[in-house]
Amino acid sequence: MTKGNGTFRIGTGAGFSADRLDPAVDLAQRGELHAMVLECLGERTVAFAHRDRMADPRRGYNGLLERRMRALLPACRDTGMLIVTNMGAANPRAAAERTRDTARALGISGLQIACIEGDDVTKLVRPDQPYMDEPGSLADIGRPIVGMNAYLGADAILPALEAGADVVIGGRLADPSMYLAPLMRHHGWRGSDLAKLGAGTLVGHLMECGMQITGGYFADPGIKDVPDLAGCGYPIAEVSADGSAVITKLPETGGCVSEATVKEQLLYEVHDPARYLTPDVTADFSRVIVKDLGKDRVQIGGAGGNARPEKLKVTVGYDAGLLAEAGVSYAGPGAAARGRLAAEIVVTRLKETHGIKAPLRVDVIGAGSLFATAGKTRADGEDVRLHVALRTTDREQAELMLWEVESLLCCGPAGGGGYRGVITAAVETKSVLIDRSLVKPTFEVLVT
Amino acid sequence: MTELKRNERLLVRDIAHARAGDKGNTSNVNIWVYDSEDFELLKRTVTAERIKREFPSLVRGTVTRYVIEHLHGINLVMGEALEGGVNASLNLDSHGKSWSYLILGLTLDTGETIR
Repeated sequence: MTKGNGTFRIGTGAGFSADRLDPAVDLAQRGELHAMVLECLGERTVAFAHRDRMADPRRGYNGLLERRMRALLPACRDTGMLIVTNMGAANPRAAAERTRDTARALGISGLQIACIEGDDVTKLVRPDQPYMDEPGSLADIGRPIVGMNAYLGADAILPALEAGADVVIGGRLADPSMYLAPLMRHHGWRGSDLAKLGAGTLVGHLMECGMQITGGYFADPGIKDVPDLAGCGYPIAEVSADGSAVITKLPETGGCVSEATVKEQLLYEVHDPARYLTPDVTADFSRVIVKDLGKDRVQIGGAGGNARPEKLKVTVGYDAGLLAEAGVSYAGPGAAARGRLAAEIVVTRLKETHGIKAPLRVDVIGAGSLFATAGKTRADGEDVRLHVALRTTDREQAELMLWEVESLLCCGPAGGGGYRGVITAAVETKSVLIDRSLVKPTFEVLVT
Repeated sequence: MTELKRNERLLVRDIAHARAGDKGNTSNVNIWVYDSEDFELLKRTVTAERIKREFPSLVRGTVTRYVIEHLHGINLVMGEALEGGVNASLNLDSHGKSWSYLILGLTLDTGETIR
């Protein structure tokens, strides 16, 4: 299927901030797409971006923006493909200016780059606003707040599309809304047509994590084998005017699209399947149909829609101090016992000798780590790694933890090696709600 | 999983596939049978009560089970199941991406001796 038979071809060029680029370039060149969406923002990503912007007002957008645009803009020019992205993160204007400069350097003239702002609601949220989904309020945080962003919907993106934008760059644009807006414009769906909004939201939800629907996050060798995962292709949705769609991928790419890959993504990060909340609609995925057409083509449809939520969700990011992590490895006979002894030593040294009370966790990787809290550990690991993690706002404490783990090389159990330690800045997030009337998205078009 | 004979199947992984996602301190795992004939067995095995009983230290909140009958799937929503969530957890897997394999590792409730 190609452009021109009424269906809208929309592809994904990134499903998270660090997603691959070369398959996106392949899709842009060969995919005959009307639009490509690059979804690059998580809750903590935007908080980290705010910190980047505080350090340098010219930064605060996705660190891969320039590389991605340099690789994708030529295809955008050659094919007329629209690009929609939230790579602007905490600084959509700087991202749009950088994209304009990149386009100019590539010799692309007449490109219209829309910058959407208004998601930064730091000045609009009450300092004691209650949390959305847990007891307490913003007044309880007690740490410096780095930024607050409201999730913007398709209604914030549509005016830029109507103004003829070739590239749309925003910050906290809701993931499925970046797909829904171009679909609404192409097919003439109105904001009152809730079933269509639900259908378009289903497409966006399935597509927004990129390769998670084309074989990524899926393979289990011998049980769920995926061909050529190293060469996995990004997904394409061929969306009809009635909202039904076919999910597929380019020929000669790795991965697979099947009923199984689509079903796993259908309820990914979904709670009640009948109530999936976005800024645009309360989507109903409970009666969705999924039909394998063969050859990496899966038909979807049957999503419903109800009235959109009255308020918008806001992510509040704040400085959470430091995360310190350090490790040492043990191998051979008795490795698990030596690893556990090392763990006991570290806990004693940090808690009793140094009096550290900050949250501390010690795992013996290979003898039970990810599932340790679930009660699943094993005694017989022969290649294990002590892993120590500490959250603290005190850099000296963080450094002391690393020191203690490194000291195990001489002072701990026999045969320990391979020490590594790292201290990283931590941000945490909370969610609150804001009245829609307070959030006023704007757009401006920069032309190369 | 058609290669396995019915009496050789022990784990949920032998009849179903799953994916885990996170929102705050809530984990959800969706689980789908390969063969619709196994859906009753999946529903009998993966109950909210069983999850609470198997993982009391991990799953501290309410477990809600949504059944998608026509697609032969279950969506398990487990409250307070991420050790504080990605913000606070010191688990290496702070998103609980691997929780899908906690569920797939459960023994099937065949109604016989295995439990």
